[in-house]
Amino acid sequence: MATPVRPGRPPQIRIRRQLPLSPWLFAAPGLLVVGAFVLYPFVSTLVNSFTDRRTLLPGHFVGLANFRELLHDDMFWTGLRNSTLYILGVVPALVVLPLLLALLVRKDIPGITFFRSAFYTPVVASIVVVGLIWVWLLDERGLVNSLLESIGIGRIGFLSDQWLLLLSAMAVTVWKGLGYYMIIYLAALANVPRELHEAAAVDGAGPVRRFLSVTVPAVRSTMVLVAALSSVNAFKVFSEVYLMAGPTGGPAGEDTTLVMLVQRTGTGLTGRVGYASALSVVVFVVTVALMLLVLRADRREDA
Amino acid sequence: MSVLEKVRPEPPVTGQREPRVTDENGRRVRVGELVWRYLLLLAVLALTVGPFLWQLSTSLKGPTEDIYSSPPSFLPARPTLHNYTRVADTIPVWDYGLNSLKVATASVVTNCVGSALAGYALARLRFRGRRATTLVFVLAMLVPVEGIVIAQFTTMRELGLNNTLVGVVLPGAVGAMNVLLMRGAFRSLPYEIEEAAYVDGATVWQRFLRIALPSVKGTLAVVAIFAFMGAWDDFLWPLIVLSDPSKFTLTIGLNYLHGTFANDERLVAAGTVIAVAPLIALFACLQRYFFRGVGEGAVKG
Repeated sequence: MATPVRPGRPPQIRIRRQLPLSPWLFAAPGLLVVGAFVLYPFVSTLVNSFTDRRTLLPGHFVGLANFRELLHDDMFWTGLRNSTLYILGVVPALVVLPLLLALLVRKDIPGITFFRSAFYTPVVASIVVVGLIWVWLLDERGLVNSLLESIGIGRIGFLSDQWLLLLSAMAVTVWKGLGYYMIIYLAALANVPRELHEAAAVDGAGPVRRFLSVTVPAVRSTMVLVAALSSVNAFKVFSEVYLMAGPTGGPAGEDTTLVMLVQRTGTGLTGRVGYASALSVVVFVVTVALMLLVLRADRREDA
Repeated sequence: MSVLEKVRPEPPVTGQREPRVTDENGRRVRVGELVWRYLLLLAVLALTVGPFLWQLSTSLKGPTEDIYSSPPSFLPARPTLHNYTRVADTIPVWDYGLNSLKVATASVVTNCVGSALAGYALARLRFRGRRATTLVFVLAMLVPVEGIVIAQFTTMRELGLNNTLVGVVLPGAVGAMNVLLMRGAFRSLPYEIEEAAYVDGATVWQRFLRIALPSVKGTLAVVAIFAFMGAWDDFLWPLIVLSDPSKFTLTIGLNYLHGTFANDERLVAAGTVIAVAPLIALFACLQRYFFRGVGEGAVKG
């Protein structure tokens, strides 16, 4: 039997036929994992934040009690302050320094691929390794202090002062992130039309001027992306401060970050799951707000 | 997704060599500029790689050597592997390494299989609910892990999987971002070949396995590497889910070593070298994919 040929019909729809179940079988493992270990915990965090659930005790609905308690919890404000300070300290450095680094490794001079890879090494290393390396470097008797002493500055207690600790942790975050964002900028820089640079050079613009009026505008959308990524990550900081300041967050817990507080409050056999969930909700809200803020700033500049 | 696609051309870390030293526009680089460029590169090199070398040097210094000297001595006077045997006496570091390896390998397998299958379904198969399924993965990608660890922990307890290596692997077993990466890779393949195979009577499974999958090996490698690195380097989740020291992974073991024997820097240094060496080796061999992963992964925020 000849099938009627309808003219003008694109042939690719034929691929549609298959066993009705097979697409779901394909998607099942992924859906199962994501559903059970990401989306269900997400919903359960929201639900738990309105209960007084503990690790070993089922909770009861307590309305907004957890959130009211947050407002009077000094530790919460300390955590919020430190996580916010972390954004302010880390993001400008991570937006600017990797861009300069990308400009430095961009020229294809001999051996440059080695340097690019070497600069990426801290990204590959575990944050625990990186944290412990810097704990040793910044130790009272460590390398940095030995060097400072031998040039006559004297030793500095990087890891004993509340603010120096936070600054040191920020420096470690920046150190570990440089290579990652450098690669992102390298990709963006490859798209800057060289005619722009040449035209600017012909017009007599020096390197600084060309950087500000050609390079920066050309990679601006990438800078916004980097700002968004790094600010969200900065706000969620945990490991660097945990490792450098200790599980309790430095002197009198003054260096505790919000995620450290979540971890400390919610785990263990006496963990206050309900209250930790309320803290987590704050983490969500701020994270989403940050992304929207940065993306909106981008749009406004476009207009 | 769009931001990076716009700015990402080909992998940045290639570049054709020309006999003369020229810049990316093919113009000759002046010697003076070359000198300051190399000076700056070396300075940054000292800052980024120096700390690793200092750690290596500390781990090789014997018990009698002063590691606190000022000015510091950068090279060990009599290099010894003594600290590596001592760290193994202090904590079961090789068992921890094996645990990390198990977790990382399992994560590679589950991520590759799970995200290839799901990615293929989302890219190529037509079914009611495909858009909704895609949305589920997009939403899952946007959820910050740090915000759900407590609920993940209670979920694991309900499943009786806390304090097991399976519990360490499961939450990251199929990363939503990897699913979307694979979906993108499958979508960018030309339809015609699969169509031809379909006409020849190939089943869905045959089309997936024989035709589509071999064409996305590059992206699959990126997924594998980032799954390995993510599992090997992870700290917060294993710290929460593992409580029995015999089940520790390397990162948790190191944290424990640091907390317990913080005064013995040589030991901690040896431990960190053990933890970081495999990844640096992996990176040295497969750089291309690491860099490619940055471009594709940066979309995840």
